Amino acid sequence: MEMDKLGVLTTFVHNIVVYNIPLLYGTTGEILVEKSGSLNLGVEGIMAVGAIFGYILGCYANSLGAGILVAFLAGALCGLLFAVLTVSLQANQNITGLTLTTFGLGLYFFVGSGVKAVSWPAMNDYANIKNGFADVAIPGLSQIPLIGQGLFSHNLLVYLGVVIALVMWFYLSRTRYGLRLRSVGENPGAADSVGINVKRYKYLHICVGCGIMGIGGYYMALNMSGSFNSSCWINGYGWIAVALVIFANWNPALAILGTFVFGFFNTLRVSGSSLAAAFPGGLGWLAAVPTQLYQALPFIITAIVLVVTSVRKREGSGQPQALGLNYFREER
Amino acid sequence: MAEQYAIEMRGITKTFGSVVANKDVELNVRPGEILALLGENGSGKTTLMNMLSGIYAPDSGEIRVNGQPVTIASPQDAKRLGIGMVHQHFKLVDVFSAADNIWMGKEKAGFLLKKNRYDEIEAMAKKFGFDLDPRKKVHNMAVSEKQTLEIIKVLYYGAKVIILDEPTAVLTVQEIQKLFGVLRRMKADGHSVIIITHKLNEVLDISDRVAILRKGEYVGTVNTAETNEQQLTEYMVGRKVDLNIERPVVEKTRPLLEIRDLTIKNDEGAVAIDHVNFYIRGGEILGVAGIAGCGQKELCEAIAGLRPIEQGQMIHKGDNIVGLSPKAILDKGISMSFIPEDRLGMGLAPSLSITDNMLLKNYQDAKGPFVDRKQGRADAEHVIQELGVVTPSAETPVRRLSGGNVQKVLLGREIKAGPNVIITAYPVRGLDINSSYAIYNILNQQKKDGVGVLFVGEDLDVMMALCDKIMVLCHGKVMGVVHAHKTTKEELGLMMTGSLDLTNKYEDKPAGFAKDTNFAPENQGDGKGET
Repeated sequence: MEMDKLGVLTTFVHNIVVYNIPLLYGTTGEILVEKSGSLNLGVEGIMAVGAIFGYILGCYANSLGAGILVAFLAGALCGLLFAVLTVSLQANQNITGLTLTTFGLGLYFFVGSGVKAVSWPAMNDYANIKNGFADVAIPGLSQIPLIGQGLFSHNLLVYLGVVIALVMWFYLSRTRYGLRLRSVGENPGAADSVGINVKRYKYLHICVGCGIMGIGGYYMALNMSGSFNSSCWINGYGWIAVALVIFANWNPALAILGTFVFGFFNTLRVSGSSLAAAFPGGLGWLAAVPTQLYQALPFIITAIVLVVTSVRKREGSGQPQALGLNYFREER
Repeated sequence: MAEQYAIEMRGITKTFGSVVANKDVELNVRPGEILALLGENGSGKTTLMNMLSGIYAPDSGEIRVNGQPVTIASPQDAKRLGIGMVHQHFKLVDVFSAADNIWMGKEKAGFLLKKNRYDEIEAMAKKFGFDLDPRKKVHNMAVSEKQTLEIIKVLYYGAKVIILDEPTAVLTVQEIQKLFGVLRRMKADGHSVIIITHKLNEVLDISDRVAILRKGEYVGTVNTAETNEQQLTEYMVGRKVDLNIERPVVEKTRPLLEIRDLTIKNDEGAVAIDHVNFYIRGGEILGVAGIAGCGQKELCEAIAGLRPIEQGQMIHKGDNIVGLSPKAILDKGISMSFIPEDRLGMGLAPSLSITDNMLLKNYQDAKGPFVDRKQGRADAEHVIQELGVVTPSAETPVRRLSGGNVQKVLLGREIKAGPNVIITAYPVRGLDINSSYAIYNILNQQKKDGVGVLFVGEDLDVMMALCDKIMVLCHGKVMGVVHAHKTTKEELGLMMTGSLDLTNKYEDKPAGFAKDTNFAPENQGDGKGET
């Protein structure tokens, strides 16, 4: 009985990671975009596009790597569209982002269920993808009691997400290119005046950031199962990612922590009843909470996070000063 | 053989839509000289310099650097050609350290950001003769420090030609002298310096030659040694201008605004105004002199009801105004216009039109839920006419106007409401001669109409000519109130630095108390003679 309780806890921790890693992809991708001074509200749509194309083409190629690549490219292509509209043509970033969300979700449903003649493959029929997405335990760390199996025995995409976040943190805070990128997001006029190619920096980082979001979408497709069904795989995660960027104070390393904290509440929906069953004394009340509340919880937390973080003073905030503002050199 | 110039601009024309900013402009700069570029607001000085620094591209004309024709399509091109510009609105990243602001534009910086970049930048600054804390964040810097950082930055990038756009507009007298020392040293090192300014005494002080623009057109270039203020003004304005400021004598009324024992804290919680007493009568201009940041801003904000006070009394015609809302204070006829250092921050909404900015002040007057745009437009037209605001129309966004015109709109709107006390801080900040005199005339007209004016200013010469009395502040304390026509610059200077305190000069009456005060009698001194 004692072991069972431990097992439930381990599964809970494991689920926190498994179900919420897409948030990390979405958040880190958006951090990179926002650090260039662009506010992209299209995360939801870009993740959907990465999901559907990564999933279908990855299955056909029977390769997880191909799926990741396609998802990245699909996301980056959306990023390119965003960059052309907002950086070159000076369109309003909020509207363009919202449009991208609508567009991405529309494309998802069109490809997924609109093209009636085709029935899309089921992931479990493709051994390479199935095996590629299987958990790989990290030797040593995964032996730690309780948390070892929960934190250090996961599929490759989980590790990739964490690596991307850490590499991005290093890139932003410790390299010359990161410094220049931050200067573009803070004060593009200043960056321009010292000879930094503002447009190039914006284009490049918007595309890469959106590509990372695309991988996050692909992850959701893989994790959600298998075959295409009528509801969207992304399910609001893109929006939560936008809020998590603020929660993480534009710091990709903190985004890992933010994802975990957020994931904790998010996962109660899945694991609440088993936790209640395992600990009827302390956590029995979890079972009494209606499921609708669990479904709303991530968004309620998002709202609270936004309220709390907006109270924080400008000093020490990682928010780029020129976020959301288009840059035009000859503006008077 | 023709003389080798560092920079030659020939027949430069630049238009923005239908507005011609520069027309057929000629300009040349020798190596190792300081060239002053003189012109009124909106005469195209900044536009011309922005073409050298790669912000704008000329529509036609030719630019030569060291005799070679060049195309400057971006700031990067300018940097490679050794041209650096210190913009009027600094191009610095607030959240970066001083070192990182320079480092971000370094061509061959290593991939990683290493700690030794701080030492390298500090050592380089020393080499050029500057003290710089490389780790200090820009948002913690004073204006003069930011400017120094900008100069170090362009020098670090190897600029041989350095352009400064109105560098003195935001500096104190001492800082200006320090800056001029730097410029002379750069000149001695063989750099060419182009300095944009409207202040004629500075032009005569620092430059070797003066190039003059008028309404976007090139007037000519003269040797500084062979000219004088009167001639330069004529070139700049296109006609003779009387440089005397008049001080009409007006019958003074009883005190309109009386301040007793006022103490105010600044944003950081330190004491900004320290037990201050003074009063303003109708029909007089009371100047407030002091080194920048001596509590002038806090004083203005407190009177206007924008900042809570710690202690003290403020009465207007006998009525208490402490604790009233800004709107209630406005309704009593006390108007405040503050021109901040960046000149756009306070008072006007830059993206709104002149009409809409007029409406911001009097929208409550309209009956019903709708704003009265007709009245707003009429007000806007009136201000444009009365004060000679140069604008395509009343519907033009305020940020499109040049600095002088923005300030006229601001002051015009305040006067439109018919105030009896005007608080105005730095109303001529950054303005050219013509616009400045227009503002002085506006203030004098108000004074004649019996309005009391509190004039927070920078230029002592102007204050001594325009004001009736001058109150000097030093670190939030009043050092005395002097008659403007009796004092000297030296006396004011000593008071500003705190070396001379005249508050106890009249022992029979507490300083800053009016003899015919509106305060209840028990608060009074015995009252003879006033300061």
